[in-house]
Amino acid sequence: MAAHRVTLAGEDDFDGWRDAARGLAEAGVPASAVVWEVEGGEADLFGAGDATAAPAPTGASFSVPRDFVSLAKTVVCHRDPERFALLYAMLLKLRANKRALGDRADPLVDRLKAMEKEVRRDAHKMHAFVRFREVEDDDGERFVAWFEPDNHIVRREAGFFVRRFTNMRWSILTPELCIHWDGETLTQSPGATRADAPDGDPVEETWKTYYKSIFNPARVKVKAMTAEMPRKYWKNMPETAAIGELIAGAQAREAAMIEKSRSVPAAPKAPPPSNREAAWAALRDEAMGCTRCDLHCNATQTVFGEGPLDAKILFVGEQPGDAEDLAGRPFVGPAGQLFDEALAEAGIERASTYVTNAVKHFKFVLRGKRRIHQSPGAGEIQACNWWLGQERDLVRPPLTVTLGASAARAVFGKAVTIASLRGQPRLLADGSEAHVTVHPSYLLRLPDKDARRIEHALFVEDLRRVRERAEELTA
Amino acid sequence: MARLDTREKLGILADAAKYDASCASSGSSKRDSRDGKGVGSTEGMGICHAYAPDGRCISLLKILLTNSCIFDCHYCINRKSSNVRRARFTVEEVVQLTLNFYKRNYIEGLFLSSGIISSSNYTMEQLVEVARQLRDVHDFRGYIHLKTIPDADPELIHQAGLYADRVSINVELPTREGLTRLAPEKDEKRIETAMGRTKADIADNKDARKKYRSAPRFAPGGQSTQMIVGADDANDGAIVTRARGLYDRFGLRRVYYSAFSPIPEPSAVLPLKRPPLMREHRLYQSDWLMRFYGFKPSEVVAATDHKGMLPLDIDPKLAWALKFRDAFPVDVNRASKEELLRVPGLGTKAVGRIVSSRRFRTLRLEDVARLTVSVKKVRPFIVTADWRPTLLTDRADLKSLVVAPAAQLDLFADGGPKAA
Repeated sequence: MAAHRVTLAGEDDFDGWRDAARGLAEAGVPASAVVWEVEGGEADLFGAGDATAAPAPTGASFSVPRDFVSLAKTVVCHRDPERFALLYAMLLKLRANKRALGDRADPLVDRLKAMEKEVRRDAHKMHAFVRFREVEDDDGERFVAWFEPDNHIVRREAGFFVRRFTNMRWSILTPELCIHWDGETLTQSPGATRADAPDGDPVEETWKTYYKSIFNPARVKVKAMTAEMPRKYWKNMPETAAIGELIAGAQAREAAMIEKSRSVPAAPKAPPPSNREAAWAALRDEAMGCTRCDLHCNATQTVFGEGPLDAKILFVGEQPGDAEDLAGRPFVGPAGQLFDEALAEAGIERASTYVTNAVKHFKFVLRGKRRIHQSPGAGEIQACNWWLGQERDLVRPPLTVTLGASAARAVFGKAVTIASLRGQPRLLADGSEAHVTVHPSYLLRLPDKDARRIEHALFVEDLRRVRERAEELTA
Repeated sequence: MARLDTREKLGILADAAKYDASCASSGSSKRDSRDGKGVGSTEGMGICHAYAPDGRCISLLKILLTNSCIFDCHYCINRKSSNVRRARFTVEEVVQLTLNFYKRNYIEGLFLSSGIISSSNYTMEQLVEVARQLRDVHDFRGYIHLKTIPDADPELIHQAGLYADRVSINVELPTREGLTRLAPEKDEKRIETAMGRTKADIADNKDARKKYRSAPRFAPGGQSTQMIVGADDANDGAIVTRARGLYDRFGLRRVYYSAFSPIPEPSAVLPLKRPPLMREHRLYQSDWLMRFYGFKPSEVVAATDHKGMLPLDIDPKLAWALKFRDAFPVDVNRASKEELLRVPGLGTKAVGRIVSSRRFRTLRLEDVARLTVSVKKVRPFIVTADWRPTLLTDRADLKSLVVAPAAQLDLFADGGPKAA
């Protein structure tokens, strides 16, 4: 059978294909009887010598769905030499059934759509991965890029760069075709080699710095990267030079961060957590978001108790002060220092005791820039007893020491006078003992030096009694 | 301290910005520079100009104006009490960097955020000034995303919206308790008020543009937000419900999830372990289910386990299907689009193809295979002209038939702090 031979002007010659295809379709030539080739391209292997030229369209045009035109314009740019024949076959199908393009389960439609997708992706990657380098010439700055697309898309995508970089002068060089923009017109020239493009740009170092810094070493996902930025593009992208080093260093950087976090003092080396410890940790976490009374509105944070959960002695203070509120730990301010001294004098190691407060949020009034402590009210003590009660349930200390009136109120559930209970241990409902003494900040507030010395001695004496009692109980 | 040059500052301030997940440059109005003096265009679709080895795309120059901050949010590397090196860009430096990168086709535009210095208003003014110079002085038509500061003057935030394509405010943590605990200076109410105001501004602007075509655009790319996953103990159910609430109430374009990752100079309050990347992935999948597949938040929650967590080994749609098997199998030749969207393994595109193809032919299993990615995964849940799963849908071990056995090992399983 005599084949028709069509020679197109270029790899992406859509108009030539359309004219030829139209004539052939009108003449009713089947797809198998047409040989498509590109001028200057390789001759079709099966191109028989007796082929005739395609019949010219008669002018009685027929219409195709708009979808097909856009599909054909895109697929024509594909690198597959069969593309023209496939499109022609599709055209014939459409003449028989205008809606044939909607049948995605048809292998031909499927193949064309896949080719369209490949061209679109290639174009999208061109938009993304072209890297301009600046060169100076007589008229000022000019930008030149070297790029290697997979398909014949350079002419098709020129518009994108014109719209985006209208007011720059630039060239995009590729092996097949080069395009140049001088600010007003687009010109073309034959293909170039990489050596024709400039080999560097001072801004590239800054860009590499950015690329390295924006990378998060804790989440290496190399596959996700190469899926979207395949290796074939890397050679023309300056930043990819850093990839090897970044991946190699990532594990070490992340491990170092985690190692460093572990050595932060507030995260002490814990023995494997028991149920009790887990429960305590959960309780503390819960308390961090506590809104049981209004104090959380103004305080910085919940200040929860701390110390070993098998402590023999549990100290209950009043509430965090200014320093505690900021630090998030009980008894670290001035009163805390005095407390530490007194404990040392009494021979008690603070690290072996559990220290907490009756109220976990700081209550204060603002005076100028200073936050002045205010005693908690009965309602606030009541509300916070929820936490204190659970802390005591977890620690189950044989000895509870209340410091000051608020603490005593929290533990006994009613207002008591310290003077009347001092030095007389009371039995609590759970069978443990409660000792009552003053709050260290009471000592700080005494104006008279002598009185302070006397009260300090009494306070230390109270603590010493507590220590002796604790030793008795453990013996 | 020696003065830092721009490149050193960039190193510090890009490093400080990398924990923000958003990098989208899509969804803005179409424009280009053919009738302008500067550079830039946005054509609807975002472009990712590079990918870092962490799998994230690099579309925008994502930096902070400064990483000095008066706030002390525990999860943040830039918090007041952190020891990181501080730096600050001048407005001019950011403008020049953006233009230099843009002209070389490295980026789509700028994503600018900042630590809070001296006051919220001052900081916001500086951010707006960068955007103003880019737009007014250099006629820059690329993409600009500005992070707004909830406490700043509403008028400043409004200005930000006039220059930027997208504005965002981070809700940071999924629960109020978490926010109180980890970001003591931030306040849920203030954040939400600011988001509500931006929503109203966007709506007003849409209205105005209907009447006057010349009305200046206000944040044509909408607003978005980000939530940190894994820093507090909110479960997936709570996160998904919260995200849906945010979409509904504030008309957000996107809610981003950022797996909390260990940072240098960490705060002791935080979990020190590898970022829960798989969990982040599952949350994004459930986000998609709600946005494109017609799932209600309650249905996603129904796919979670007794602790309210989505399974990590299978995707949420499959988890839902395995739990509610009475909805299957679905006949691909007859079922509605909504029903097809529920089939695990069928994406929106595959469903579109099925609906379009079945007008031409009665679909057989081999046809479905051509229209989907993996017919093996889909098979137990569909009926075609020549295929019926018979008892398959009811089998107790169905999960093992559709899921490849895999396990993600925890590199740090030995030493991470337990229960603390």
